[in-house]
Order: sequence, then C-alpha cells, then structure tokens
Amino acid sequence: MSNNIRFVQGNEACVEGALYAGVDFFAGYPITPSTEIAEILSKKLPEKGGKFIQMEDEIASMCAIIGASLTGHKVMTATSGPGFSLKQEALGYACMAEIPCVIANVQRGGPSTGNPTHVSQGDIYQARWGTHGDHSIIALTASNHQDVFSVTVDAFNLAETYRTPVILLFDEVVGHMREKLVVPEKGEFPIVDRLRTSVKKGVDYHPYLPREDGRLPMSDFGGEHRYNVTGLFHDMWGFPSNNPRVVRDLLHHLIDKIENNVHAITRYKEHYLEGAEYILISYGSSARSAIHLAKNRRERGEKVGVLELQSIWPFPEGLVREKCANAKAVIVVEMNMGQVMKEVKACVDNPSKVFLANRIDNKLITPTNIKTLLRMIQGRGV
Amino acid sequence: MAIKDYIRQRYFPQMWCPGCGHGTILNSLLRAVDELGLDKNSIVMTSGIGCSARISGYVDFHSLHTLHGRALAFATGVKLSKPELQLLVPMGDGDALAIGGNHFIHAARRNIDITAIVMNNRIYGMTGGQYSPLSGPGKKATTAPYTTIDNEFDVVNLSIAAGASFVARSTTYHVLECIDILKKAISHKGFAVVEILSQCPTHYGRKNKEGDAIQMLEVQKKTTAKLGSKALEDDPTLIPRGIFVDIDAPEYCQEYDKIVESAMKSANSSNSSSSNENRISLTTKSCVTQGE
Amino acid sequence: MARLKLKEHIINRDWCKGCGICVHFCPKKVLELDSQEKVVVVRPEDCICCKLCELRCPDLAIEVIHE
Repeated sequence: MSNNIRFVQGNEACVEGALYAGVDFFAGYPITPSTEIAEILSKKLPEKGGKFIQMEDEIASMCAIIGASLTGHKVMTATSGPGFSLKQEALGYACMAEIPCVIANVQRGGPSTGNPTHVSQGDIYQARWGTHGDHSIIALTASNHQDVFSVTVDAFNLAETYRTPVILLFDEVVGHMREKLVVPEKGEFPIVDRLRTSVKKGVDYHPYLPREDGRLPMSDFGGEHRYNVTGLFHDMWGFPSNNPRVVRDLLHHLIDKIENNVHAITRYKEHYLEGAEYILISYGSSARSAIHLAKNRRERGEKVGVLELQSIWPFPEGLVREKCANAKAVIVVEMNMGQVMKEVKACVDNPSKVFLANRIDNKLITPTNIKTLLRMIQGRGV
Repeated sequence: MAIKDYIRQRYFPQMWCPGCGHGTILNSLLRAVDELGLDKNSIVMTSGIGCSARISGYVDFHSLHTLHGRALAFATGVKLSKPELQLLVPMGDGDALAIGGNHFIHAARRNIDITAIVMNNRIYGMTGGQYSPLSGPGKKATTAPYTTIDNEFDVVNLSIAAGASFVARSTTYHVLECIDILKKAISHKGFAVVEILSQCPTHYGRKNKEGDAIQMLEVQKKTTAKLGSKALEDDPTLIPRGIFVDIDAPEYCQEYDKIVESAMKSANSSNSSSSNENRISLTTKSCVTQGE
Repeated sequence: MARLKLKEHIINRDWCKGCGICVHFCPKKVLELDSQEKVVVVRPEDCICCKLCELRCPDLAIEVIHE
C-alpha cells in the first residue's frame, strides 16, 4: 500500500490515471502547462511496450492518435490553449468518425498565446463548440489530484463506451500543483475495454450501424473487416453519403448517444451542500477556493455549500436545477467571464438568483474574492 | 488475383472526370499491389481531401479518408501503433505540399515506413481549378486570372532534402515504368515518395490551353525523360523520371522498437526499487490554494 | 518471348467515360469510340496484346484477355 502513495503534480496524476486505464499510445507536442504529461509518458509508455511520438505540431498529434485508435489502441494527447485550438479540426473528425480518444487540455490564460504559465478556465465553451458543426462532446474536470486520476480513468472508459473523443479540462494550477495521490490497486476501478465486433470473417460488418443499445462495436485496422472511415457524412458502411435521411440520422446519433446519457456521464461532488442557502458552483482549481470558503462559513453557522462539477459537457442541467431549487442564491465560481454561469442561468428556475464570482487576471481566485460577492448578495456589506 | 479483386466495385464507375489521370494512378497502384501479392488485410490506404483523396474509397483495403493535408499524420499514428501494416498514402499536390507540407517533410525526416504518392496535376481540382504549390509561375488558374507568380516546389529535391530514403518520379503516360516504381516504393523499408505527374483536363488543361487528356499525355511524353537517358543529357530542361534515391536508412518504427526494448529492460531491472517511481524530475511550481 | 494471341477484349461500357486515351495511344489502332462515346474494338486481328489500353485506362473499363 505504501508504494502507492505518491507526491506528484496534477499532470503526473493524469498520467497515472491514463496508464491505469490502459493508455498505450500518445502523440503530442510540447506546450506549457501540459508538457509534463508528454514528458512522463515518453518515459513510461515504452516501459510497458506502449508508443510515444512527438509530432511536428498539435494538429499532427491529434491526427496520429486517431490513426492509432483505429488499430485498436487506447490513445491520448495533451495540450493547452493554442494547441487545443489547432486540434479542433481533427477533434471534429474524431466526433464524426466516432473514434475513441482522450485529449487533456491544461488550461492557461488566453486568447492567443495569452499567459502560458498562469491559470485560466477560459476554454469551457471551446471544448463544447470549438470545432465546426453540430455535435456533442464529453468534457471532464477535477480540482485535486485524486480526482484528476479518477476522471482520467473515467475519460478513457467513456471514450470507449460512447466511441467519442473525451476532453479533460484541467487548469494550470491543478496541472502544476503538487499534492498526495494514492494510486489504487489494479481492479479497484473498473476499466472499459474496446468493444470489438463479433461478426465473423466473410460476414458483412457494418462499422456504423449501432446495436440496439446504441453502441458501435469496432474492428481494428489490420483485421478481417476492411471498411472505410471518413469525416464526410457516411452510411452504415462508412461510405460518404449526402442522402438527407442519412445525414439527419447520423447527426441525431452523434448528439443523442451523449445527450441521452447525461445521467450516466455526469460526475460531481457535494461539499457542505445539505440545506445550503447559498450554493457555490465550481470546478477545477477554483473549486478549491470555493470549498475552503464553504467550510469556513459553515464553521460560523452560515449555510454555504459547494456543488463541484466534474463533468461539464454534456452540461448536467437536471442536477444543477435540482440542487439549486431551494437556494437563496447560486454563485458560480470560475476563472473566465462566466461560461459555466451562462449554462447555470439557462437551467435553473430563477436565473436572477445566479451570480458570478470570477477572476480573469490569470491568478487563482481566492476564498476572499468569493466571500466579497457572498457578502454583497447577503446584503451584509463587505 | 485480377485487379478487380482489389476494388470496391459497387462504387464504380469512379467519380473523376473523363480522362483524369488519377484513375490511371489507381490502375497502376492496384497492379503494383497485385504483382507484389500483398494481403488486402495488411494494407491501410490513408488519404486527405480533394479529387485525389477519393481514391481510398475505391480500394478494397482498410481505408481512412481523413482531413485536408493530414493524411500522413494519421498514417503515422496507424503505422507506429501497428508497424506490420503496409501504409499507402496517395495525396494531391495541394494536399501533400501546401496544407500538408509540414507533415510531408516531417514524415520524410523520420523515415517512417510509409509509401507517399503525390498525384501531381498542378491544380486544386475539387474546388474548381485554383493554383497549387506545384503549378509553377506563368500558369492560369481561377485564382490566378493574370497568371501565377509563385514558384513551384520540386517534389523530388524537397523529399531528398527532407530525408526520404526512396524518391522517384513517373507519369500517367509511362504506366509500365510507373507500376515498376510503385512496386519498388511499396517494397522499400522507409519513407518512399513517388511523384506521379497526372493530368487534369477539366481545369488545368482547359485554363492553360493544354488540350484534352490525350494532348496532356502527349505533353508528359515530350517534356519528360528517363534519368541517365541521352534525351535528358541533350536537353536538361526536360523533367527527369525514374528513381532518384533508394537507400537503406534506419526506419522509425524499427528504431522505436529498440527504445521499447531498452526501456522495458531497464524498467524490469529497477522494478524492485521504490525510488524508481519518483525518478522523473520535473519543475515544481507550488500554488497555495488554501488560506486567504 | 512468343507473341501473345488475343482471346478477347472485355469492355465495361458502364464504366467507360469515352476519354479516348486507349484509342489514341493504341500502337495498332485497334480501338475506336462509337457514336455513344464508348470504346469499341474495330480491328481485333491487329491487337498485339501490349495491354497499354488496359494499363492506361483511368476507369478500369477495358481488359485484354490473351490465350
């Protein structure tokens, strides 16, 4: 047991989660503050027979992991701001062609080169809408290293379950901060492996015909079933089609397979939420400050609690609506101009009771920052 | 097997214009694969976007129709993750060398075992005839109504400089030579580039008054000459055809296998040491998140 | 090498787009385009089975079968 206790950066916790989930192919390009993920995997992957490649840019990295996923591997790339922008085209491809893969985005200040070594949470909407066209996406996040580990394992499991890219939206503080991580024993966390087709050689295999449960069993490139993979709208054989019915059905499938499973995908934590009159909704490193403040207030008898989101997309509307139903006020704590706040406003019964406690100077929001707003809402002055 | 056994017949007739050279390249490629006796399950054809890219839909191999310019990046992931597969990557000239230029030179630099085929018709056909990085100066295109001033890449010299270990050029007129070169390129262990001059009668031919497919093939016949031939010696302005480079050089996947072998060995030998886990030294950045 | 003897040309009229490449470059002028712009064999007796028509055809529409 003692061997499993580690003192690591969040980026390393992410690597440990990925290795636990079975990652065996990584392609990436150096970019702060995600680089350690590539560095550590360049050492650890070949140790277990896996492959690491540093590509010529983030575009190529994203393309390479899609190619490697098609041969049956669990794949990942890691990046930040500008690199995440470059990956969008191929990310859309992975959505369209339904290729399981995991993309870690350790968020930094933006837009553009922004603030490479400082924290931000400004890529929430980019994770959802960064690539063109309609589609759905899964994005997970975490505020501490134990959760970084477990949501990374979850990311691989969800990617395989729904045949989709899954984005890990970490941030610079979580990525670079060091704290304790207990790596679970093998078997403690369930691992979802690739669902492969049972269709025998010589029998027609339809790579894009969902089973009754909506899942699409895959066949590895190099196997007995030769089929086509394309970013064009395609029929059940994977061949391009602009038949309006095929187009509509595929788009519905891409969206429904995720949106109809919000409940199964949703990950969250409650901190002091029981009977809370003031609810702080937060995620990532900003949730640490929110939790600290809530603990502090509870000790003084104030009913303040935190709903920590660990899955941001698909947005857990039902959960947020339910948890906030009886709150006097909801404060969304985040380091952007209110990206999650807009989602919260859109789903609660009374949007006028939703407030934003944010910092956009690429410094971590503090409990005091949040308390200032809380006091104003409570009408108690600062 | 007959070459019809290597195609997905239900998608024929193919979608290219009458007389398009890309069909002839498909034809040559199928014959090369047939003559080499390759197993269809062992081949992955990866293509980008454009007229050229549609080739992957017609072949009965594993086929990956990707993004504009990115075919080699996808192919690199396929190949490195499963090196026993044979990667064929046909690309258009804009696909391979404009938007995909960076991936092209880096795949060559790594000398990864992929066969890259540049289907060079000197134009963007799918979008209606814009000039490409291989059009060269003085050409007409829908985006060059006053003629182009851009110089073209020499694919052969570019590939050699970037580190490709097999580099060749042929045309859609010289089919026997083309099949022979493709066989050698596919058999070559390392990054192989075959530039095949192809004709686009619909856009390039019409805009530049080069006539129909037949007249464009006559131009290929007249303006090219075999490496080492007397014709080329007499007239150095002719475009040389043949194999320019064919060398043994360390191949990327094989080299990576050696990394895996040594990493696994050292991991096993130090497995008992608990300090191994913390050996990776990283820049520490402490952030105080608790307290105000 | 003994001269190959022609058995037949197999032409797929559905796939032929009438580009005329096979007709123009046939060294023995065996082929022509008909009124529907499809290739037809007009002088089979002259065919030397060089197969250049088959190899150059962009549409995989012509095959030369020899004995």
